[in-house]
Amino acid sequence: MLVFIARRLLLLPVVFIGVTLALQLLMQLLTPYQRAGAYVQSEQQMNRLDEIITLYRLDDPWYLQYGRWIGQVVQGNLGYSRVSRQPVVQTIIDRFPATLELALFAIIPVIGVGIWMGTAAALNRDKFIDQVTRVMSIVGWSLPTFVLGIWLLVIFYGWLGWLQPGRVSIRYVTELAGNPNFRYYTKMLTVDALLNGRFDVFVDAVKHLILPVITLSVVQSAQIMRVMRSSLLDALSQDYVRTAKAKGLPGRVVTRKHARRNALIPVITLSGFVLIGLINGVVITETIFNYPGLGQWAAQAATNLDYAAVLGFAVFTAMMVVVANLLVDLLYGVVDPRIRYA
Amino acid sequence: MADAELTSPRPVAAAAKAESRNGFWRSKAAQRFRRNPLAVVGLLVVFAFVVLAVFAPAFTNLGRSCLRDLGLSANTQYDYKNPAKPVFWRAVFSPPATCYQIPREGFAAQPRTAEASGTLLGTTSGGYDIFYGLVWGTRTAFRIGLIVVGISLAVGIVLGSLSGYIGGVFDNIAMRFTDVIISLPNLVVALVIVMVLGKSIENLMLAIAMVAWPSYARLMRGEVLRVKEQDYVNSAIALGRRPLGVIFRHVLPNAIGPLIIVASLDIGSVVLTAAALSFLGLGAEVGYADWGQMISFARDWILGTPGNPLAYWYVSFWPGLIIVLFVLGWNLLGDAFRDVLDPRST
Repeated sequence: MLVFIARRLLLLPVVFIGVTLALQLLMQLLTPYQRAGAYVQSEQQMNRLDEIITLYRLDDPWYLQYGRWIGQVVQGNLGYSRVSRQPVVQTIIDRFPATLELALFAIIPVIGVGIWMGTAAALNRDKFIDQVTRVMSIVGWSLPTFVLGIWLLVIFYGWLGWLQPGRVSIRYVTELAGNPNFRYYTKMLTVDALLNGRFDVFVDAVKHLILPVITLSVVQSAQIMRVMRSSLLDALSQDYVRTAKAKGLPGRVVTRKHARRNALIPVITLSGFVLIGLINGVVITETIFNYPGLGQWAAQAATNLDYAAVLGFAVFTAMMVVVANLLVDLLYGVVDPRIRYA
Repeated sequence: MADAELTSPRPVAAAAKAESRNGFWRSKAAQRFRRNPLAVVGLLVVFAFVVLAVFAPAFTNLGRSCLRDLGLSANTQYDYKNPAKPVFWRAVFSPPATCYQIPREGFAAQPRTAEASGTLLGTTSGGYDIFYGLVWGTRTAFRIGLIVVGISLAVGIVLGSLSGYIGGVFDNIAMRFTDVIISLPNLVVALVIVMVLGKSIENLMLAIAMVAWPSYARLMRGEVLRVKEQDYVNSAIALGRRPLGVIFRHVLPNAIGPLIIVASLDIGSVVLTAAALSFLGLGAEVGYADWGQMISFARDWILGTPGNPLAYWYVSFWPGLIIVLFVLGWNLLGDAFRDVLDPRST
C-alpha cells in the first residue's frame, strides 16, 4: 500500500509541471504586453507595462520565463486580476468558499439520487421503476447546464417568483455588511449562519442554493444513476451472489453486502469525472445565477481578457482535480485490493 | 505487390464484402439496434437535424445581404427555394458567409412575439429572428462538430498509432501528456485557449479539438497494440514490408473501426461544449447564427413585463428546446451503440 501511495504521490509534481508548461507555451502566443498583465500587482502598474516587460524580462526565451513564473507560482503569487481588482490568489481565497459550498450541496443529490435510484432500477429490472429511471436518466443527461439553468430561472424567478438568483437576499447583504457581530468562520454562508445562530440567514442562503444545485447536479446524477444501475446488474449476476443466495442469506443482505459493495467500484472511478463535470458546470451555473464564486469570476475574466485571472483559475482547478484523482485512486486501492498489487 | 496478393486475393475479398454487406442488416447487432425503440427515435432525431442543417436555405427566408451574395434580385428572390434552380443547390452546398448572419426584423430593444414581428418563433432583443438563428445554427453546430471531430480524430489517430506501434519512451511521454489533458476540466482548458487565441468561431473549434484529441489517441493506441500482435501483421513484417507500409496497409485499417464510431457519437458533446463557450460570450460575434448565442440572449429576458411574467418565454424556450432535442438524439444513439457493441452493459 505504501508503495502504491508513494508512486501516486510522485505523479503529482509531474502533472503540475505538465499543466504549467502547457499553459506557459500557450501564453507564448501572446505579445509581451499582453503577458505583462499577469505580473501586475496593482491598478497603477497597469499604466507602466514597458517597465514591467523589462523588469520581468518578458521578451526572454520561453524556458527562462517559465522558470521564473513557476518560481512565483510556487511562492503563491499568481498575478493581479483586473476583473476582481485584487491579486489572483486573494480572489481565489475569497471566492473559493462560495463555490465549495455550492459543490458540496450539489454532491448530496448527485450521490444520493444517483446511487439510490440506480440501485432501485437495477433491483427492479424491466419493471415500472426501472423504465422511469431510464427515461429520467436519459432526459437528465441531455439537459445542458446552460439550458436548464435559464429555464429554471424563467420558471421559478420570472414566473412564480419563489426563488432569486444571487447568494443571499439584498436585505441580508446590507445587514450583514454592517453587522460586526456576524463572524465569518468558513466563508460558507450556510455554515456561518448556523454558527452565528442566524437561522433566517441560513434559510435564505439555502433558498438561493436550490436552483444552482439542481442545475449543477442533474447531469451528474443521471450519469451516476446509469453507471450504478449497470454495475449493480453486473454484480448481481456474479457467481458469489448466487452462492450467497444459495447459502440461504436473506435477499437484503445479499444485495447490500455482496452486490452493492462491489457495484460501487465503478461509481468511485466515476467520481473523478463528476468533479470535472462540477468544475465545468460551476463556470456556467454561477454565471447564470449571478453567484459570486470562482466560476463566475473565471467566465468574466475570460471575456474581459484578464489573462492572469484565467491562468490562475486554470492552475488552481488543475491542481484540485489532480489531488482529487489522487484521493480517488487511494480510495480505490482501499476498496479493491486487486488495484494495490496490480 | 507480392504480399498484397498473398494476404488479400481479390475475388475472395469481394465475395466476403458482399456477404458482410448482406449480413450486416441481419447481424445480431443490427437486429438489436432495430428492436430498441429509443435507438430508432435517436436516429430519427439526428436525421431530422441533418436534414434541417443541409436544407437550411429552403426552410428560412434569407436576409438581404445573403440574397445579394447569391446573386438574386427582387424578381428571382425565391429561386433558392426551388430545387429545379441551380441557386438552390448553391445555397445548400456553398452558401456565402453572409447567410450565417441572422436577418433582423427591426431593431427593437425588446424581444417581440411571433405575431408582432411577423416571424415564425419571434425575435430576440435587437430584432434577430429566432427561427432563422436556430435553423442556420444547426448548420453551424454540424460544421463545428464535424470539423472538431475531424481534426481531433486525425491528431488522435496519428499520435495514437505512432505511440502504440513505436512504444518505448515516445509512447510513455505521449501517453502521460494525454493523461494530463484528459484529467483536466475540458471547458476550463478550452476557455484558456479561446481567450489566448482570441474569440472567434474558428478558434473555438481549434480549442475544443485541442482538448478532444487525447481520448482518441488513447483509444487508437490500445487498438494498435491489439492489432499489432495479429498474425497477418507479423507475416507482413516477415515478408519485408517497410514499417510505414505495415502501419498504413495492415494496422490502421483494422484498428480504426471503433474509433470512427466513438468519434461520430462525440459530435453531440462537441456541439454542446461549443454552445457552452459561446453562451459565455467566447464564440462568434453577435448576430452569427449559433445556438449558444441564441440561448445567451435569453439571459437578459428572464423577467417578463408587469402583469405578464412569461412575456418573453419564446426567447429562452425555443433555443433551449432545440439544444435539448439535439443532445437527446445523440445520447439515445450513443446509448444504443454502446448496447450493441457491449451487450454486457445492458
